[in-house]
Amino acid sequence: MAVLVFAENWDGNFKKLSFELLSYASRIAEMLNTTTVALSIGKVDRSQLENLGNYGVNKIIHISNELLSNLDNKVYTEVIADIAGKENCSVIILSNNNTGKAIAPRLSVLLKAGMGSGVSKLPLSIDPFTVYKKVFSGNAFARVVLKSEIKILTLAQNSFEIIEKNNNPTIDNIIVQPASEITTQIKEVQKQTGKILLTDADIVVSGGRGMKSPDNWGPLVELAGLLNGATACSRPVSDEGWRSHEEHTGQTGKIIAPNLYIAIGISGATQHLAGVSSSKYIVAINTDKDAPIFEAAQYGIVGDALKILPKLVEAVKEIKGK
Amino acid sequence: MKILVCISQIPDTTTKVKFTSDYTKLDTSGIQWVINPWDELSLTRALEIKDNPLSKIESVTVAHVGLVGTEPTIRKALAIGADDAIRINADPKDAFYVAAQLAEVIKQQPYDIILCGIESGDYNGSTVGGMLSEFLSIPSVSAVSELNIENGIIRLTRQIDGGKEILEITSPFVAVVQKGIAKEPRIASMRGIMTARTKSLKVIEPVEIAPMTEILGFELPKPRPACKYIDPEKPGQLIELLQNEAKII
Repeated sequence: MAVLVFAENWDGNFKKLSFELLSYASRIAEMLNTTTVALSIGKVDRSQLENLGNYGVNKIIHISNELLSNLDNKVYTEVIADIAGKENCSVIILSNNNTGKAIAPRLSVLLKAGMGSGVSKLPLSIDPFTVYKKVFSGNAFARVVLKSEIKILTLAQNSFEIIEKNNNPTIDNIIVQPASEITTQIKEVQKQTGKILLTDADIVVSGGRGMKSPDNWGPLVELAGLLNGATACSRPVSDEGWRSHEEHTGQTGKIIAPNLYIAIGISGATQHLAGVSSSKYIVAINTDKDAPIFEAAQYGIVGDALKILPKLVEAVKEIKGK
Repeated sequence: MKILVCISQIPDTTTKVKFTSDYTKLDTSGIQWVINPWDELSLTRALEIKDNPLSKIESVTVAHVGLVGTEPTIRKALAIGADDAIRINADPKDAFYVAAQLAEVIKQQPYDIILCGIESGDYNGSTVGGMLSEFLSIPSVSAVSELNIENGIIRLTRQIDGGKEILEITSPFVAVVQKGIAKEPRIASMRGIMTARTKSLKVIEPVEIAPMTEILGFELPKPRPACKYIDPEKPGQLIELLQNEAKII
């Protein structure tokens, strides 16, 4: 009864999220006294696959079909279910990102498996299998029992520490024959390059209406750059077209969980906090001392963002220069 | 072609979430119920597409799993412009149960395009749409931010990490939709509210299905430590605290 973990790749590469996921899966395998199998679909170089071995897995299966390089929810589900059956897996773990959200629910039905989505901790108990997850957009947490034989979990991003451990896993390269045809045809791909993705960033610097005008974003972008972080914004800012919709964080935008979230000129309405409340540290800069963002923040400055930002940039330059 | 939009109702996002004294159930007293925001946007997009005669959409139906008390939410969807509605008369026990009920109805009365919101604002599962597609054994596309039908060709934009993909797909399929699918939710007009009363709202009894999960209890988040304020004249102190106290930069 092994644990199966789906290790997604991004143009043939793995990233921090993959290693968190593998570490998490390996810990659950320890709790269940069993082994971990990592599954990678689509073409990935051997060195990348070998790197997966550093996070506690016992076996790596690489399905190298060229045709499966693009996500097709139905076909991926069938392929993963097939491997889960062959490897006798009782727990299947995916990330709670776009890909995990696309596949995990389908797997749940195909395998008649209870699903815990967006779990943020190790299971609270193994029997009954009880998971812990955020509900009501971060306003509460729930303890949920999965009652089925097979369990499927999707892990919330940035909620589990990476644990390095090498069990010298075997790497099996295989080609599979999917049971169904590919159902979705990709016509065009548009990707941003060279920028840290908002959902991957450890540090996020975010601006709200208090930034007053799209022309004032220079120092905010500079601060994010100096901190090796990504930029984000509140909903009114993206609705006004000051910044791209890609940057909108909040309940209906991107939900992020960086180590540090710096909210500049953002009042912190419930809908905004729902997207950032899992951040480890929140810093608030706002002219209104009663703004709800200060209730969520560990550090705050009551003052005008436009005056404070350049000073922050200088201060960061100073420490980075040392 | 026929579109089905699956809707759920959630507490208004500004409502303070409260639980019963033993923390096993949501305390529903004083809650304002609204259509889940992503479902509302799905409905809006379905109606926008139907408004264009070239899309050849015959009807937009909404489906909901809930007891009789949820009918005001369904009537609201009809007022916004859905042609008819289905209510499966059951307490939605979990996502698997809800998806299974919807699938039973769709097997009897097929639809070409099925839209589900990516997440509900209550249990944040992001699961019903995907589950429904697997119950029906049809394709699904998740994180859909655009949907267009022209000359019978169905094009979708799917959000991926750091970008987007434009896909073509043939019906029937499930699209799990997110931000971008429609700009603003459509608001019911006075005429819409009047006609909603006379539109068909069909009630279907549920089939017997065992849920896969059970909520044992809820917890409220631990209060964060009080905010430490820094002198606005000396913002450099913030950077120092982040470096030496929080140790995150």
